Amino acid sequence: MLGKPCSLTPLLPQCTVGFDLAIPTLLLTQIMTTSSYAVEMRGITKRFPGVLANDRIDFQVRKGEIHALLGENGAGKSTLMNILSGLYRPDEGEIAIHGQVVEFHSPRDAIRHGVGMVHQHFMLTPSQSVAENVFLGAREIGFVLNPQRMAAEVRRIAEQYRLPVDPNAKIWQLSVGEQQRVEIIKILYRGAEILILDEPTAVLTPQEAENLFVTLRSMAADNKTIIFISHKLEEVLSIADRITVLRSGRVAATLSAQSVTKTELANLMVGRQVLFQLEKPPVQRGEVRLRLDRVCALDDKLLPALREVSLTVHSGEIVGVAGVAGNGQRELAEVICGLRPLTSGTIEVAGERMAHLTARRMIDVGVAYVPEDRNTTGSAPNLSVAENLILKSYRKTEMGAGPFLDLAAVERTATSLVKTFNILTPSIKTPVRKLSGGNLQKVILAREISGQPQVLIAASPTRGLDIGATESVRSLLLQERSQGAAILLISEDLDEIFAISDRIVVLYEGRIMGEFETADAELTEVGLLMAGGRAPSASPGT
Amino acid sequence: MELAFLVTLLAAGIRSGTAILFATIGEIFAERSGVLNLGIEGMMLMGAVSAYGVAFATGNPWLGLGVAMAVGGLMALLHGMVTISLRADQVVSGLALTFLGSGLSAVLGAPLVEVRNAPRLPVFPIPVLADLPILGPIFFNHNVIVYLGLVMAPLAWWYIHRTRPGMELRAIGEYPAAADVLGINVNRQRYAYVVFGGVMAGLGGAALSLAITPLWIEDMTAGQGWIAVGLVIFASWDPLRAALGSYLFGAIRRLPLDSQNLPFFLAYPQLGYFMNMLPYLFVILLMLISARSEMRRRIGAPAALGQPYVREERGV
Ligand SMILES: Nc1ncnc2c1ncn2[C@@H]1O[C@H](COP(=O)(O)OP(=O)(O)O)[C@@H](O)[C@H]1O
Ligand SMILES: [Mg+2]
Repeated sequence: MLGKPCSLTPLLPQCTVGFDLAIPTLLLTQIMTTSSYAVEMRGITKRFPGVLANDRIDFQVRKGEIHALLGENGAGKSTLMNILSGLYRPDEGEIAIHGQVVEFHSPRDAIRHGVGMVHQHFMLTPSQSVAENVFLGAREIGFVLNPQRMAAEVRRIAEQYRLPVDPNAKIWQLSVGEQQRVEIIKILYRGAEILILDEPTAVLTPQEAENLFVTLRSMAADNKTIIFISHKLEEVLSIADRITVLRSGRVAATLSAQSVTKTELANLMVGRQVLFQLEKPPVQRGEVRLRLDRVCALDDKLLPALREVSLTVHSGEIVGVAGVAGNGQRELAEVICGLRPLTSGTIEVAGERMAHLTARRMIDVGVAYVPEDRNTTGSAPNLSVAENLILKSYRKTEMGAGPFLDLAAVERTATSLVKTFNILTPSIKTPVRKLSGGNLQKVILAREISGQPQVLIAASPTRGLDIGATESVRSLLLQERSQGAAILLISEDLDEIFAISDRIVVLYEGRIMGEFETADAELTEVGLLMAGGRAPSASPGT
Repeated sequence: MELAFLVTLLAAGIRSGTAILFATIGEIFAERSGVLNLGIEGMMLMGAVSAYGVAFATGNPWLGLGVAMAVGGLMALLHGMVTISLRADQVVSGLALTFLGSGLSAVLGAPLVEVRNAPRLPVFPIPVLADLPILGPIFFNHNVIVYLGLVMAPLAWWYIHRTRPGMELRAIGEYPAAADVLGINVNRQRYAYVVFGGVMAGLGGAALSLAITPLWIEDMTAGQGWIAVGLVIFASWDPLRAALGSYLFGAIRRLPLDSQNLPFFLAYPQLGYFMNMLPYLFVILLMLISARSEMRRRIGAPAALGQPYVREERGV
């Protein structure tokens, strides 16, 4: 059913019958491939409505190198690579692969030339198995599926490149790191020689990222060409041979990784001097604004998610909640915002005990919420920037009478917020789904902060953002702290917690494991509590 | 209840559920590809009237069957162009198709209402098997089109779950962008499955007018197209469950007719009205159960159902 033995590896040379007979073609190909560049993109321009995403970009990648594409959010990195992988068509410019000018009409054309991309949002169908995802669209497997053969082939590639994954598992059962491996296997199966990875570490734990780097290095040693998109300076410096920096759709520089420092890179990327140290004035603790007393709650599967959580946040301070994802962080935030019922315990805001917790009530008493998922919980993707900005204030009298909105007032408010918070958007009428992550986050922060909240809950507020956007989000939080807000910062990024919080509590399996003043906290101690708090010698398993 | 009654009821259920089964299977394919088509009722009516008309005019019921399938396919093609290429709202377009179909079929079919003797599809008892006790009358003594339904359901299941095109079908309805980056032409496949859905609805209509209730009257589907839409959800987009649902529905529909002569019902003739409501109550109940969104996710609705696919558009 699966045909000849070679049929599962269509792009391996020994399977290309008749190749040795075509000597003139072979010679020609050799002459043409003397170009040492695997990829050359010349004068690439791409416009989206209202945005010039790529502006006459020249980009070259040598064969067998790891080339990092570095740039802030919205710099045009994904767009450029979507063009290289055949997903988008450029408005201008040309592409050469191994010296040969090509025109890609679809990702299939790109794959035929050995170009494969692992997208930032994985292109996997959750309800299908690993093997099915790998073989999707592969016509050579014949009409009737042969699950054993498919699984065996996946296992073979997985072993060859040391990308362990269970071929029969469904995608939804896998961790993000495993899903990424499936994506890589998918393009390797299609014979990719040039692999593009779009922000591959954004979703990985440090350990998983390290494993990925090992794989990438061994693939590069195997003479595969790797393009690595990132906005994290350290990792780019540690893994790349060469680095191309994009800024506002243009190439700022292409450099060798050996000859550049972190600061130089940061300045190139942002286009101005970057402060790595945030200005953080000493804490001015006021009265208790938020108090949780032995709060318990259930998760979506109705299992206990929070167990007797007690904590306080004072006016003018930031309390950081540290923990590995899935230890009750989301439930904690939702409980405080009135989005999830308590099973027991009490919550007080500004000294008032909250009896009926509803989202509306919590908004009215001044609890603001920057949710972890900006695209679905944090914003209404199809509503405009202006509409998203007034989602919490539209009931106020200055926004209109009764059920009617005063559109002029809405526009005025939105325009001034866009200006104050430096939100980059084509217009205030643009649907927010068209904004970059950083700008969307600024819309959400602008909306939440402009209501002068008593309490601000920020869940992973800088996840997936680049330096520039991270810096402005953190300084906005610090600014709010100086204004006297009580801020609860829930984050999996320990660096972030240490950088801006005044106190740290550690959440593990829905319990508070410990509490520190940031100044006295040790990174290792916090890390240990995050893993359940047992001494390393006592738990050889972890 | 007596065994004989049960056997009659089940046989009648399978027979009368066949039309709905075709329509449901067709809609399963269309929805699995990501396109909701609420025009089934209209396509079934057009299928029924054209099958009956052609059979009457030419004397050949098979020709009628073919024309009905073509008519259903063409109507679905229209829905495909409006929703896939022009990216109009699928609900609105489907409703329009239903209005078009019921109106047009009433006009075209007006002269056919008087006709009571158009040729029908033949009944064909399967040799040997038809003589089995119980199973024989339930499964093996039917109109040819009923056997087609019995075969079609497992075949459709096999296609969806065990073949490469079926694997692609599941992918384009769940995450079209993922299929697109692997070189699958999402919109072309969606067209194909939407048209197939129409062909099956046309076939369902023909099954009604050429075999199940062999005549033409205005609005003879009596909402069966809508019930098919509900059954798709009840079936979790699975053709085997669709067969179960369709035959069950067929049996419930037949209940008032077949139970008329049971002594209990002779005593309470008013119960007949209540029994006539049953099929619709059954569907309302289904819809209530499946309306909750977490339920929808659990029963495996195609994630991209209802959304047009455009490659360079944000937010897939
Ligand atoms: N499909 C699209 N439609 C409209 N605008 C887009 C689309 N893709 C990207 N853009 C815009 O193009 C710019 C570059 O985006 P992108 O390439 O995603 O940046 P990066 O990957 O560097 O963060 C941004 O302003 C973004 O809003
Ligand atoms: Mg990007």
